[in-house]
Amino acid sequence: MMQTALRTLQRPSTPVYGSSACKPYRCRVTRRVQENDDTFTVELTPVSARQHGAFTPGQFNMLYIFGLGEIPISISGDPADPDRLVHTTRAVGAVTRRMATLHEGDVIGVRGPFGTHWPLEDLKGKDIVIVAGGIGLAPLRPALYQLVANRGDYERVVLLYGARTPEDMLYRAELERWRARFDLEVYVTVDRATGDWHGNVGLVTALIPRAPFEPRNAAALLCGPEVMMRYAVQALQKRGVGAAQTWLSLERNMKCGMAMCGHCQFGPHIVCRDGPVFRMDRIQRFFGRWEV
Amino acid sequence: MATKRKPRLAVWKFASCDGCQLSLLDCEDELLAVTGQVEIAYFLEASRAVLEGPYDVSLVEGSITTPGDAERIREIREASKFLVAIGACATAGGIQALRNFADVREFTAAVYAHPEYIDTLKRSSPIAEHVFVDFELRGCPINKYQLVEVISAYLHGRKPNIPTYSVCMECKLRGAPCVMVAAGIACLGPVTQAGCQALCPAYGRGCFGCYGPMETPNTAALTAWWRDQLGMAPAAIQRALRTYNAGSEAFRKESEAYEHAHD
Amino acid sequence: MTEHEPHDRLYVLDRTDLQQLFDALRTRGYTVIAPQIENNVIIYGAVDRVEELPIGWTDVQAGGSYRLARRGDDALFGYTVGPHSWKRFLSPPLRMLWRARKTADGFEFIDDGSPPPRYALVGVRACELAAIQRLDDIYTRGAVIDDDYQARRGAAFIVAVNCGQAGATCFCASLGTGPSVGPGYDLALTELMEGEHRFVVAVGSERGAEVLAELPHRAASEGEIELAEAIVAQAASQMGRTLETAGLQELLYRNVEHPYWDAVAERCLTCGNCTLVCPTCFCFTIEDTTDLTGQIAERWRRTDSCFSTAFSFISSGSIRTSAKARYRQWLTHKLAGWQDQFGNIGCVGCGRCITWCPVGIDLTAEVAALRAEDVGQPPAEPILEMA
Ligand SMILES: Cc1cc2nc3c(=O)[nH]c(=O)nc-3n(C[C@H](O)[C@H](O)[C@H](O)COP(=O)(O)OP(=O)(O)OC[C@H]3O[C@@H](n4cnc5c(N)ncnc54)[C@H](O)[C@@H]3O)c2cc1C
Ligand code: SF4
Ligand code: SF4
Ligand code: SF4
Ligand code: SF4
Ligand code: FES
Repeated sequence: MMQTALRTLQRPSTPVYGSSACKPYRCRVTRRVQENDDTFTVELTPVSARQHGAFTPGQFNMLYIFGLGEIPISISGDPADPDRLVHTTRAVGAVTRRMATLHEGDVIGVRGPFGTHWPLEDLKGKDIVIVAGGIGLAPLRPALYQLVANRGDYERVVLLYGARTPEDMLYRAELERWRARFDLEVYVTVDRATGDWHGNVGLVTALIPRAPFEPRNAAALLCGPEVMMRYAVQALQKRGVGAAQTWLSLERNMKCGMAMCGHCQFGPHIVCRDGPVFRMDRIQRFFGRWEV
Repeated sequence: MATKRKPRLAVWKFASCDGCQLSLLDCEDELLAVTGQVEIAYFLEASRAVLEGPYDVSLVEGSITTPGDAERIREIREASKFLVAIGACATAGGIQALRNFADVREFTAAVYAHPEYIDTLKRSSPIAEHVFVDFELRGCPINKYQLVEVISAYLHGRKPNIPTYSVCMECKLRGAPCVMVAAGIACLGPVTQAGCQALCPAYGRGCFGCYGPMETPNTAALTAWWRDQLGMAPAAIQRALRTYNAGSEAFRKESEAYEHAHD
Repeated sequence: MTEHEPHDRLYVLDRTDLQQLFDALRTRGYTVIAPQIENNVIIYGAVDRVEELPIGWTDVQAGGSYRLARRGDDALFGYTVGPHSWKRFLSPPLRMLWRARKTADGFEFIDDGSPPPRYALVGVRACELAAIQRLDDIYTRGAVIDDDYQARRGAAFIVAVNCGQAGATCFCASLGTGPSVGPGYDLALTELMEGEHRFVVAVGSERGAEVLAELPHRAASEGEIELAEAIVAQAASQMGRTLETAGLQELLYRNVEHPYWDAVAERCLTCGNCTLVCPTCFCFTIEDTTDLTGQIAERWRRTDSCFSTAFSFISSGSIRTSAKARYRQWLTHKLAGWQDQFGNIGCVGCGRCITWCPVGIDLTAEVAALRAEDVGQPPAEPILEMA
């Protein structure tokens, strides 16, 4: 019997042809803000003028740190100002921790934008209820900017935001400004009160029953930990906000952002392509099901 | 990396079979390649010198078998920022862990003329049983590319690309025909962690389990197949599980399940 | 590749002239990849001569078992599929995507990739051609295109072979992907052993016609055409397995939390063999690295499997930690999710995952077991629809 040479896993010494799709473009950090202990915001400007960051609220970019890794991070800036790409990131692991040490002037790689968006264009004339937990406010901030800029197109706009402690709250100055507006309803709650906090204490989902909106004419936009969203969906349903009126943003492992690597699957959905923003009735069959 | 001085790396040796000693020698070329980036100090098993720390990275090879070892590893831990246990000896107790299944005194009595002088712990235990280990690099011997990967990942603040899935994955990626399916040879690949590039299966032999249990080893299902489909005797199954990583939880338990089975 | 109406005309190529096909392909700059024997298994690799094929051999397959056996004749393609599939050549398991150097302005890409090799794939079975088309859906029909795959695929010359026998783990007939090859080939052969050893040849593309024109060939007779059809019909009647596809997607969706998954998890080793031998599994991971100096960064793409826990890792931990969730992901993705994602069933019925599962887990049997115990699951919380 013929025996050919034993094969090994070939480790090519040169790159493959093309692969432009997974080559990041360079962006310079033009501003950096520490939001709280472990969360920071960077503002990025493309190094080459040919690039721009036009996006729709809810979309994400893949951010690359030289040689270290690439991770999906939502765009949290103003869609009307696409030349400044804003990302708010919580340092939880290898890549995000290194990102936390970025300074103004540093250069990182960006691919994107990817994914679906909050369908604000289709929600005109409705009460908009935004429910965010922790870092989940980041992908919803572009929606808030757009709502505020087109405030007349919508009925009530309500933001329900939950953080672990008052110190953990994101965008505090902005929250204050929004709260001061007569045409926005902003309710904030914390899991644990510290310092001179006199506001709500408890889960963000507990704010839903009392929030001022008309359920039948409402659209709810959710982002936060999956358990939080599960309870929020239930609380909204109790008030009569149905699955077809609820949108949420999901997190899954993402390696490509281009519907090719398979990592971000959630049942029949490819989150980087069909999401991250889904209408609840499209995913309810699998949402909350065990380890899907 | 923004450090001003070169990171300091130390290599510490404890009880290990010749395989581990050789594997580290075999890695010397790779370590030399690292020396441009780091300063390296070696401490042999005999050497009691520990101080002159702190070290940025400590590579610890071998298992803990004497009370002196246990003391020395604690000092090493204190002197090290990032401690990597390397090889089956350091991560699972190595082949010496076979003593865990027997009475050590019998072993020593059989081997040494004056067993009363032998200062031996009852068990051969992995480093992680004694001190906190930042990373366990599996293998008997370890794969030098993985060693360089761990060091370079540490130097640049990355997570090392060291998969914890099965040997089968590497076996298939390199395109080697499966010896279990195509030749009925018992192979530990499905329950063993990748890292060796499926060396043995590529040469037509079953995997010996050098890299220890993979992330979710289903040893019961594998050995049931060996017994029922490959006609393997319980004693042979037990022997297959009791090699370099005999001391690992998954392999030990499963080998014990075949302890009293009749051939 | 250039889509082309298949010619209705069938031709005949003598066995003794087959080497000329290999030569013609090589003259055109193709590396010929064909079945061959290595370590008692039929795999795919580069060949120059027809004699390197597994002449006179066949394979005997079962769940978790594969053996070669003598056929008693000199057939060149008298076996079914082995552990390799053509995706190894169209989408190699480990590739460097790019390399970059650190610069004052961040980084710059260095050494642009060279065009990939041009392969002639000889001996592509019906199910395998269907599998390649599944990969096309993923790598070339989405919003973004995998350049490397597309270049390899576009260049590949496909010599398909109709199966003259089916294996014990084959079930392509259930999925309509075989055993007779569908469109998408350049040339398709049916091996005739009765009388003169020869091949009935179908032409599927312009370049296929050009290559055939360089070889000694003649029009096939009525008798030869009937013989060829009978051979494929015989293979169709020999399918070792069947998969009932009616209502399959719903069956899997409504049993997401069925206790049955616990039973299969007891046997499954989560070794990943099934995904790696499957000709349609397309998943990969990305590895970013640097050299030791930290000045040169590389991005690698490595074939991955949903059976690894890292596959579903997010910052709060792995999503599919249990074996049952991972087996369910594999089965449900192949047979159900794929249809929603890419418009087709992700399985082509080649049987590889059955044969090469080290403990013989058989997806057709698992689906049958689930059907037998189909209880659905507790309905989701009642959800109010928009008025
Ligand atoms: C669509 C989307 C939007 C997101 N938006 C934000 C945001 O705005 N702000 C924010 O702070 N976080 C966001 N995340 C989560 C963020 O991507 C993870 O926290 C981050 O990937 C963790 O990387 P790490 O290397 O620091 O963590 P580690 O825990 O060290 O992770 C190690 C490795 O695990 C992998 N990994 C972990 N989580 C993920 C993931 N979700 N996708 C791919 N790989 C992963 C990476 O390969 C990483 O290198 C988002 C996630 C998704 C899917
Ligand atoms: S030879 Fe061993 S390691 Fe390779 S696939 Fe088979 S069982 Fe797995
Ligand atoms: S799932 Fe199994 S039978 Fe179907 S295509 Fe993949 S390997 Fe072949
Ligand atoms: S079965 Fe698993 S490895 Fe295969 S394509 Fe689906 S998710 Fe990827
Ligand atoms: S089904 Fe078989 S091949 Fe697939 S992971 Fe389980 S044991 Fe391995
Ligand atoms: S991130 Fe790769 S498929 Fe979605």
